[in-house]
Amino acid sequence: MAAESAYAVDLSRAMVMVPTTPADWLVVGPVAIPIVTGALLLMVRHQTRLHGSLAVAGLFATLLCNIGLLARVLGEGPQVMTMGRWLPPFGISFAADALGASLALVATLVAVVCALFAANDIGTVGRRYGFYPFMMLMMAGVGGSFLTGDLFNLYVWFEVFLISSFGLLVLGSQHRQLDGATKYAILNLVGTTLFLISTALAYGIFGTLNMADIARKADGLRESAPLTTLAVLYLLAFGMKAAAFPVNFWLPASYHTPRIVTAALFGGVLTKVGVYALLRVMVLIFPPERALLSGLIAWVAAATMVIGIMGALAQSDLRRVLGFVVISGVGVMLAGLALGTPEGLAGTVFYAFHSMIAMTALYLLAGVMNSLGGGYSLRSLSGLYAMHPLVAAFALILVLAAAGLPPASGLWPKVMLVRASLDSGLPWLAFAILATGLLTTLALGRVFILTVWRPRVAEKPQGSAMPQTGYLALAALCLPIVLMGVYPEPVIGVARQAADAILDAPTYIGSVFPGETAQ
Amino acid sequence: MRTLIFRTIAPYLASLMVLFSVFVLLRGHNEPGGGFIGGLIAASAFAIYGIACGVAPVRRALYFHPMAISGFGLLVSGLSGVVSLFKDMPFLTGQWAEVHILGLAVDISTILFFDIGVYLVVVGAITSIALALEEREHV
Amino acid sequence: METILAFTVAVFFAVSIYLMLSKHIIRILLGVAIFGNAVNLTLFTAGRVTRVVPPIIPVDLDTPAQATANPLPQALILTAIVISFSIFAFLLVLAFRAYQELGTDDTDGMRVAEPKGEELPPLGY
Repeated sequence: MAAESAYAVDLSRAMVMVPTTPADWLVVGPVAIPIVTGALLLMVRHQTRLHGSLAVAGLFATLLCNIGLLARVLGEGPQVMTMGRWLPPFGISFAADALGASLALVATLVAVVCALFAANDIGTVGRRYGFYPFMMLMMAGVGGSFLTGDLFNLYVWFEVFLISSFGLLVLGSQHRQLDGATKYAILNLVGTTLFLISTALAYGIFGTLNMADIARKADGLRESAPLTTLAVLYLLAFGMKAAAFPVNFWLPASYHTPRIVTAALFGGVLTKVGVYALLRVMVLIFPPERALLSGLIAWVAAATMVIGIMGALAQSDLRRVLGFVVISGVGVMLAGLALGTPEGLAGTVFYAFHSMIAMTALYLLAGVMNSLGGGYSLRSLSGLYAMHPLVAAFALILVLAAAGLPPASGLWPKVMLVRASLDSGLPWLAFAILATGLLTTLALGRVFILTVWRPRVAEKPQGSAMPQTGYLALAALCLPIVLMGVYPEPVIGVARQAADAILDAPTYIGSVFPGETAQ
Repeated sequence: MRTLIFRTIAPYLASLMVLFSVFVLLRGHNEPGGGFIGGLIAASAFAIYGIACGVAPVRRALYFHPMAISGFGLLVSGLSGVVSLFKDMPFLTGQWAEVHILGLAVDISTILFFDIGVYLVVVGAITSIALALEEREHV
Repeated sequence: METILAFTVAVFFAVSIYLMLSKHIIRILLGVAIFGNAVNLTLFTAGRVTRVVPPIIPVDLDTPAQATANPLPQALILTAIVISFSIFAFLLVLAFRAYQELGTDDTDGMRVAEPKGEELPPLGY
């Protein structure tokens, strides 16, 4: 720098002077690697044969990076890096705690499986149109949302994955896709704009956008500033992203329209980003406001899970059934947010892990069923057990998982949430969770009976190839589901640590602002 | 819009605008300007050329597909942030080097490459949207 | 100044929400565009409107010599404008395509993805 020789400047007041080790870079890896891979994929647009392997390699590198990050976070506490060496809160901080790092890991795992599945499912035209680049950029947005420590940056990552999801949604340009995408795009845009309004007001109140900085300033402003209003606005904005009742209508209108692997990725990952943002903002930044709103959130949660699953009962298209099951799962996760206890939040986090994997697997299962049985309609899809017993086995595991029955992973988070509701004196919330489990068993059990056990009612479709990659993807997702079901201790440990991480604001603040004592 | 006057002048206008966009991009280093606004100017140049002479000549003139240009820009931007890894500094920290070209000392920084990346992303993305809209009008 | 801006923001929000309540996609899109501008003005106002010098530190000082204008809201607004601009461009293309393919811009008529009167799933076999 030419200026440096002219006169001396004390940089330590504006910049981080501690050298950054390569291990610290694990925080930005889950965002930087997908962006660079996505850029490469855009450049080699016409060499569509390269796309699949490049994307899988990129996502696999991201997965390794996520594993390293989670190991470091669990061992040493939150990892922070502030972009451009500026001191927080002036620079944009990436702050990975156990919650963000673990969710980013599961999301990437799901994305790797989807990329593998897409290798056979998305043809040359879809690839040239940009399936894999959009997918990589979407995962960059999702990873950024999970890891960033800055409210405005969170908004930017929301928009990054939103605009990539638009691209994925219209891929193929069928009439129903255009119809679904229009509704999805407009309602989600309104949702993120609400998020931006809330962020503008938060900036007006706090004068900062760094989440740790806001968290430590909030206590002093509680008397004078309308923080409850702000919390309600955030609840509405993120509730819309998470598809919570009554702002969930965009999800069943659109999630059944795109390619099945896109729907799997959306159903697995995107709503959980909304739930994550709710946890982050409501529990870390606005704990008293969350306590004040807990009654409202509990009602929203109960309504979301019950109304969601009742919607699933009324559908005859398999993909639309799954769309409503996604909504119902969001309701279960919101129950933990309403409780706000460590046990309840740990249940929510565990349910988010489970739901990401199980919902993606269910959508992929629908895709496999479609390629074997020729269609998604419950009226005609039938006789799969007789033809393909392996599909029936996967279907059974996934139905048990979604319904929350042993030996699959859905059981334990529901146990934790029910126990937490009873401990908090909300027996009706526990009842709602259990009733939802029963209704899910009914809805998906009927799907299982009709598609797997029912003798074939329609003509056998010709030319249905054996979906080897489909089986591989389903096996890769069913393995963690069963593992989490029979040996849940490590996952419960991670979920508890994640819940403690958002409940323990001083540690988070201390890791973003080392050297300054947290208030 | 395909009048003779417009069609004659459009190539010159477009090339002037692209030149100006590069000027704005480099000017953004210390004064108002920068990659985003430069990219918008270049994209409007291609849009004008497309309105006057049709979409196919623009695609030929660009040689690469607009989205590939965009991808290259994203790659340049992303990699310019990684340079600081080798200097033990956080992601996106600006790194500087002085280069002597014909006896002139020129400061080159990763920030400049980041901005060039932004320029290319904007050129690619906006041109691609503009061309898609123009193409459809004549179908 | 803040009061005037606050009222402007209120008018913008009112107009945009009115437009977004329409059944026609094109009006909804106009509403979305105005909605984005209303938010940008909110950001601008939230950053405190002060008429002071630009935030440039003189060569021989470490910190600004006097109170300066807040540059952050402008950076935030610029980002928000860029994002809303690109999403709006996408939405325009999407709405145009939907209008071409579906033959309507009336959201009540767009029932391809969720057809009316869909039959219930079979109750047994």
